[in-house]
Amino acid sequence: MSSASTSKTPDIDFNTPAMVRNRKFRAFKNRLASGSIAVGGLSIIVAILLIFFYLLYEIMPLFKAASIQPWQHQQTSSQAYQNPGQGKTWYLALEEQAEIGLRITDQQRAIFFNARSGEIISEQSITGPEAATATSFAVVSEASGIFAIGYDNGEVSIVKHQYTSTYPNDMRMITPSLSYPLGEAPIKVGEVKIELLAVSNNEENWTIVAGSNAALTQTNISAEENLFTDELEITSESFSLPRFDFAASKLLMLPGDRWLLAAGQQGKIAVFDLQAEDGAKLSQVISATANSIQTFALLLGNNALIIGDSLGNLSQWFLVRDEQNHWELQKIREFQSSSNAIAVVAMEHRRKGFATIDANGELHLYNTTANRNVLTAQLGNSGAVAIAYSPRSNALLVEQQNTIQLWQVDNEHPDISWAALWEKVWYEGYQEPEYIWQSSASNNDFEPKYSLMPLAFGTLKAAFYAMLLATPLAICGAIYTAYFMAPAMRRKVKPLIELMEALPTVILGFLAGLWLAPFIETNLAGIFLSLLTIPTAILAFGYGWANLPKKLRNLIPQGWDAALLIPVVAIATLVGINGAHFVEALLFSGDLRQWLTDEAGIPFDQRNALVVGIAMGFAVIPTIFTITEDAIFSVPKHLSYGSLALGATPWQTLVRVVLPTASPGIFSALMVGMGRAVGETMIVLMATGNTPIMDVNIFEGMRTLAANIAVEMPEAEVASTHYRVLFLAAFSLFLFTFVVNTFAEVIRHRLRKKYGSL
Amino acid sequence: MKTSVSSWVKSGSPWIWLNAGAVAISMIMVVSLITLIGVRGLAHFWPADVLQATYSQGGSSRTVIGEIVQSEQVSATQLRDAGIAVAAGVDSLERKLLKTGNRDIGGIDFTWVLDRDLSERAFPQMLFTVERYEWGNFYGFLRSFKRGDQVIASYAGSAKSSDYLALWQLLELSIARASDIRDKIYKIEKDQIGSINHEMERLRLEQRRWQLQGIERGAQIDAINLRRQQLDLDYKALEDQLITLYREINRDSISAEVSSGEIVQIEVAKIVRVFRANDMDQWQKSLHYLEKVWEFVSEDPREANTEGGIFPAIFGTVMMVILMSIMVTPFGVVAAVYLSEYAKQGFTTRLIRIAVNNLAGVPSIVYGVFGLGFFVYMLGGSLDQLFYPEALPSPTFGTGGLLWASITLALLTVPVVIVATEEGLSRIPRELKEGSLALGATKAETLFKVILPMTSPAMMTGVILAIARAAGEVAPLMLVGVVKLAPTLPLNMNYPYLHLDQKIMHLGFHIYDVGFQSPNVEASRPLVYATAFLLILVIALLNLSAVAIRNRLREKYKALEV
Repeated sequence: MSSASTSKTPDIDFNTPAMVRNRKFRAFKNRLASGSIAVGGLSIIVAILLIFFYLLYEIMPLFKAASIQPWQHQQTSSQAYQNPGQGKTWYLALEEQAEIGLRITDQQRAIFFNARSGEIISEQSITGPEAATATSFAVVSEASGIFAIGYDNGEVSIVKHQYTSTYPNDMRMITPSLSYPLGEAPIKVGEVKIELLAVSNNEENWTIVAGSNAALTQTNISAEENLFTDELEITSESFSLPRFDFAASKLLMLPGDRWLLAAGQQGKIAVFDLQAEDGAKLSQVISATANSIQTFALLLGNNALIIGDSLGNLSQWFLVRDEQNHWELQKIREFQSSSNAIAVVAMEHRRKGFATIDANGELHLYNTTANRNVLTAQLGNSGAVAIAYSPRSNALLVEQQNTIQLWQVDNEHPDISWAALWEKVWYEGYQEPEYIWQSSASNNDFEPKYSLMPLAFGTLKAAFYAMLLATPLAICGAIYTAYFMAPAMRRKVKPLIELMEALPTVILGFLAGLWLAPFIETNLAGIFLSLLTIPTAILAFGYGWANLPKKLRNLIPQGWDAALLIPVVAIATLVGINGAHFVEALLFSGDLRQWLTDEAGIPFDQRNALVVGIAMGFAVIPTIFTITEDAIFSVPKHLSYGSLALGATPWQTLVRVVLPTASPGIFSALMVGMGRAVGETMIVLMATGNTPIMDVNIFEGMRTLAANIAVEMPEAEVASTHYRVLFLAAFSLFLFTFVVNTFAEVIRHRLRKKYGSL
Repeated sequence: MKTSVSSWVKSGSPWIWLNAGAVAISMIMVVSLITLIGVRGLAHFWPADVLQATYSQGGSSRTVIGEIVQSEQVSATQLRDAGIAVAAGVDSLERKLLKTGNRDIGGIDFTWVLDRDLSERAFPQMLFTVERYEWGNFYGFLRSFKRGDQVIASYAGSAKSSDYLALWQLLELSIARASDIRDKIYKIEKDQIGSINHEMERLRLEQRRWQLQGIERGAQIDAINLRRQQLDLDYKALEDQLITLYREINRDSISAEVSSGEIVQIEVAKIVRVFRANDMDQWQKSLHYLEKVWEFVSEDPREANTEGGIFPAIFGTVMMVILMSIMVTPFGVVAAVYLSEYAKQGFTTRLIRIAVNNLAGVPSIVYGVFGLGFFVYMLGGSLDQLFYPEALPSPTFGTGGLLWASITLALLTVPVVIVATEEGLSRIPRELKEGSLALGATKAETLFKVILPMTSPAMMTGVILAIARAAGEVAPLMLVGVVKLAPTLPLNMNYPYLHLDQKIMHLGFHIYDVGFQSPNVEASRPLVYATAFLLILVIALLNLSAVAIRNRLREKYKALEV
């Protein structure tokens, strides 16, 4: 062998340098192609994963716990410092940037200091009556920085702390100052020493309740700025309140000048109705806790009360109106806490949250809506004297044992918890816990309501009504097309169904909203009547057809029955719709639509679930149809031939042999269809009123997760809670459809294998 | 021979009939939907006859003029509730929706009238319709033609006389002249001044860029200022031209009598076209129809998108789809090739295949959310920080735009391409591959010279289906870059010619916006139908061609397998 090959020199030399080079080049190209294809292919897979992980990445902060650390500034952390200035602290406050702190002392001094170092910036006396001592203090509004001081001579000062930023030499400088919204002169509200003080303020109207348990007076003040002179014009009226049989230790005034809350001995709270018909009266006394009340303060918006007691019980209360228009203070929720007495509480300025420190120096951050204890941390080991939140809720100023320290708080999304998203929540101003989605409002002290329940419910409702229409039509249609239809007709039907699948949903949505919805409203009875007339007509025609002479029947080849039925169905629909007013006149006093609202008491929206069901059903039919048809059509033919040969009718063969074999495929078709219905956006957006209500009524609308995203996403502020909750909604949709589709795909895969083995 | 009911039921025939009925219903639904949209959309361009009639209601009567848009039956109860006297025993009455136009005079341009209250119906030949650039249509009788303050021709009668025709002639000539001038104005304003503004903005950004680098003066800044002065001069010159042109275009006006007898002035500059619908024969109407259809697809929208054409929307959709295909085709094909030719077959590839398949079922709005968060805010925001700091705080790529819209849709449609290509790849007989390899070709050569050419129809199918899907998708686009009205096209004569950062108009979004956010729903509805019809047409064509290609492909492989 070898001698033969060596003796005969080859005609072609495969190893010329050129060919070697060429081979090398080809090998290189091959490797390059392999490499780049692998990179390209993998990058697509990475892209898919990216969607998943990016959505997760946006959602994660929602569930992150809060954290606290000493304030960090230019790599140094702020240390505790001695109380700036003299005297005992009555009140602490922080400025927007958490640069400047304010301490109000019992000697009526306002001390502005550098919150990070404790260095005093300015110190001034609060203008009060001469030769009088301050005896009480009340916060009017944390958010606008207004507080009030009552004196032993029956006068009250109302003071506001404010800050102006200037930029000399491109450096920010914040200058604190005090101002007096009702003028520098103290206001006379009574004759007795003011031990109890409560002030409420609504733009230019002020209400002050002051005095002692023996003699309380109410003073209503309106302060209007004169348009021409810029001077403050103050009108006030004062009247004494009846003597209440309740020993109050602290008063709080709710906005609206009607309700006055008082904390008393042994954990009692009293509610006074200042505008009762027969004069101010004590309307309710409740035992809020078995222990003594330690903190008694109003949450942002001044509508909800937070009570902390000596055994560390914390609870939220607000006035709830019942059916008879009676208001009652009710305990809304309790917060998880330690068993030590609550020493101080600070309210957030822009969210429904608060912070407490107990007698052992344990700090808790809470959010009321989510009923969430966002953070528990030990700050020193003694109770705090005062605590203040910065307006941005990113800093806490805490005074413990004559030292003050500034803490940095990282608490971005306290208002989200599992309960806030999926369970009933008792929102402020509501009679009972409810599922509500209301993400934004015009006012600042709004409580955002992020319950995904109404949206999930709406999504499922829309999908349910769509499936109600689509399932029978698509599956029956697919059965007929795959099993009975003549191949020639099948070739015409399938592209039509594919076209149906390709129809942009925006077109279906627009037709549903602008054409179908009004059409259904005027022809409501007709639609329902058609549901009866169409099947009847089909069956009647079928029976009639069976009784026609064979000659006539043979004119139409087998498997073309569907074509015959087209005019039948069309006529039956017309009959149903036009014949409806006879039925209406007979049963529903002439107009079903009117009858529904007037007689049956069923609310009717023009853009309702029925419209969505029909339009979305239309969009889902082709999806289910195609997969079902495929599953039935690929059932091996020998199975049905065997059955037919044994004498079964075609229908028996279908029901007993073909359908059981194909049933996993049909099931997976339904799942895919469901997935599509759940995620559909445009149809729901255009064909419903997009109101997030929870009602199964077919004549009312809904708001789905997808439509909600489309409506609210463009307006959501980046990285806000709202934004992230919308991401969460998208992620839920993603996960839901992904799981459902994977499940369906796995089933189909098994089915294909089964067919293969048959 | 008679079939008894029981034996008929026993044979299972009723069920078969019901199943057949389901197919019939589905077919009727599809066909009637397309017909409905087609009829409503296409009928809009037909010049309908204009009715003149006396409408008497509640003792008073007035003349109404308008096109009949719609008629329907209203139930008597509803009318009685509204306080309209209806004789007992009458179940329902017919009412008609009249497009009366003249919004500048009457405030509304559509009214419902009860058919029974209309009398003295006529379709006067001399009744003419003015399509205007502002305030919608005008219906009335032409009375006089003025040049400046001087009446050139007038006519008071109601018959079609030579006087009238002369007047009409004058008007048509004047409209043609105004239209020429308008074209010139448009050229100057849109093209020349537009490009000056564009360059001014670029200069401003350039200067700002230098400033950010700490350069406040120097050769660069001087050059910028010089160029700016030059542009200012150019602008001045153009402005002078414009003033003359505007004076020219505002020269003529007409007066016309409306249904109430009032005489109204209309400037010729505001007229799109005039015609006497009642005086046109079928041939003229057809011509008019074609002209209107052409206007619809080739012109810009007018009057808050309720009139005029949808050219920018078509253009935007096409641009976006082209960009998307450029991105989706290579990636989709490469991924498919990788999955079926290169990756080791096993559990992982099966998993990936399932994932890819399912991505096609993920709701499109999720892609929109991803696109907005990841592309627009994250990538776009970083791009702005890096490359366009001079434009901040106004975002360049940090807001929705053509690029992000096409990438998002590419991501959305990539599974379609992957699935179609993989199917094509799996249909290629093994022998071909093995033959090529046996002849010494490398794997890459086999792929590029044998496999891919044979798969190309499958890839085409995939890309066409992807395009069809992308063209109809709206939900994600609402988040990543469509607007109701884009001032300029994303492709124009201003550097850098293709504006990837610009927001675009889109047919699907146009339907949503005009149909649901429009101030004048009645007026815009026909246009929405027409737009929808156009969109369906495009998508149907794309789909049918994909089906055709697929069928041809299958035939071809049948031949191969023998």
